[in-house]
Amino acid sequence: MNWDASFLWQFDVLLLFMLITLAITALTVRDLVAATIVLGAYSFVMCLLWTVMLAVDVAFTEAAVGAGVSTVLLLGTALHVKRKSKD
Amino acid sequence: MKTIAFLLTIAVGILLLMASLDLPNWGSPESPASKHLSTHYIEKSIEETSVPNLVTSVLADYRGYDTMFETVVIFCAGITVLIVLRFTHGEKDKSTKPRPSRQDGDIILQTAARLLVPVMQLFALYVIAHGHHSPGGGFQGGVILGASFILLAISYDLKAVFKRFKKNSVLVLCSTGVLIYVGIGFTCLLLGRNFLAYAAWARFLGITEVEAHSRGMLGVEIGVAITVMAIMFSLYADIASGGDLDEGL
Amino acid sequence: MNEFIAFIIAKYNYWAALILMLIGLYGMLSKNNLLKKVIGMSIFQSAIILFYLSTGVKKGATIPIIEHGHGSAEHMVINAAHYANPLPHVLMLTAIVVGVGTLGVALAVIQKIYQTHGTIEEDEILESIER
Repeated sequence: MNWDASFLWQFDVLLLFMLITLAITALTVRDLVAATIVLGAYSFVMCLLWTVMLAVDVAFTEAAVGAGVSTVLLLGTALHVKRKSKD
Repeated sequence: MKTIAFLLTIAVGILLLMASLDLPNWGSPESPASKHLSTHYIEKSIEETSVPNLVTSVLADYRGYDTMFETVVIFCAGITVLIVLRFTHGEKDKSTKPRPSRQDGDIILQTAARLLVPVMQLFALYVIAHGHHSPGGGFQGGVILGASFILLAISYDLKAVFKRFKKNSVLVLCSTGVLIYVGIGFTCLLLGRNFLAYAAWARFLGITEVEAHSRGMLGVEIGVAITVMAIMFSLYADIASGGDLDEGL
Repeated sequence: MNEFIAFIIAKYNYWAALILMLIGLYGMLSKNNLLKKVIGMSIFQSAIILFYLSTGVKKGATIPIIEHGHGSAEHMVINAAHYANPLPHVLMLTAIVVGVGTLGVALAVIQKIYQTHGTIEEDEILESIER
């Protein structure tokens, strides 16, 4: 079974645009809980992109770690400190 | 400050852009990264270790030394968080915010967690055990196991989970995983070969050398999974409660 | 024109990773809030992993798990150009898990700073230290 990596290049370009938008959003919103959730979405789209690039082990680890443990840790800290940031 | 940061970022960007013009094209099989050593790993992995998953065989057998030190790094990170957050010298607490309060347990969340957690743990054990033939292995299974305890701690209370999984047991499990990994390496040394040369087990257990590689890899993956599970839960318990392990999120 | 398009297609994965790296770097340098700096560090790190993984892709290849790998291996001819390069995947697995450890330590230090100074904005912390 041969699976060409550039099967649908439109899909790749769409995922890359979503990544850049999510990264800029995570750094710009003022509410820290919202920034955490956007970072969780960024991790998920990154995991999809790596699956398209044939790195299935790395995508599995990023799905478990990035969208799971990392989001929970950031959320725990954001609820303990002030929730609104000045910039 | 922001303009300096912006100009610095643009300067770094231009430098990296000029460097990227020399890199090999995307997807070409002639790129130097895919030529010298990785062809040996791809072609010889089954006949030397009988494990079809190339990433697991390189991670646990050909580059097993790096994986051992990575496990030690995760262990040190967990211990550092414990030291930073749990021991206060009685300084006055200047934070002006009250602790985040919990409502009484939501019954939908608790029922869903009770149904999901056994399935998650079973799936994690499957991922560890089947890591030789499908994507998976020690790290992924360990993180899913740790996440199952975190789910229990979020839907119930942190104290309820600590009744089942004592504080001392968490610390003992962290060290046990690293000890299993280093222990397997040392027994290979005692049986007459190099450190982490799994073929030394072949004469002791009565199996061929190729199968000894496969069994040794399974042993070290179990060690890695135990450490990663304990550290993920310990990180959550320390960070989500600010160090005093009183409440959770 | 055709050469220009072929040139873009040959290198665009490096440029995508480059843009994300620059976004993460700008976030780390210029944001005032300490938690935003940590988020910038996390974005920077995933961009680097994207860059490394994109160098391991081969055209027309499949995932690095050998098909029909059960049973004996004497009668199998494995062509290395059929499988994606497994070496960057191994290195990046280590990088991801070490990144989680780094994130945990950074968040613990942020909570300690909040308990000591009462704020996590950088200019207010500097005032509180000088007082």
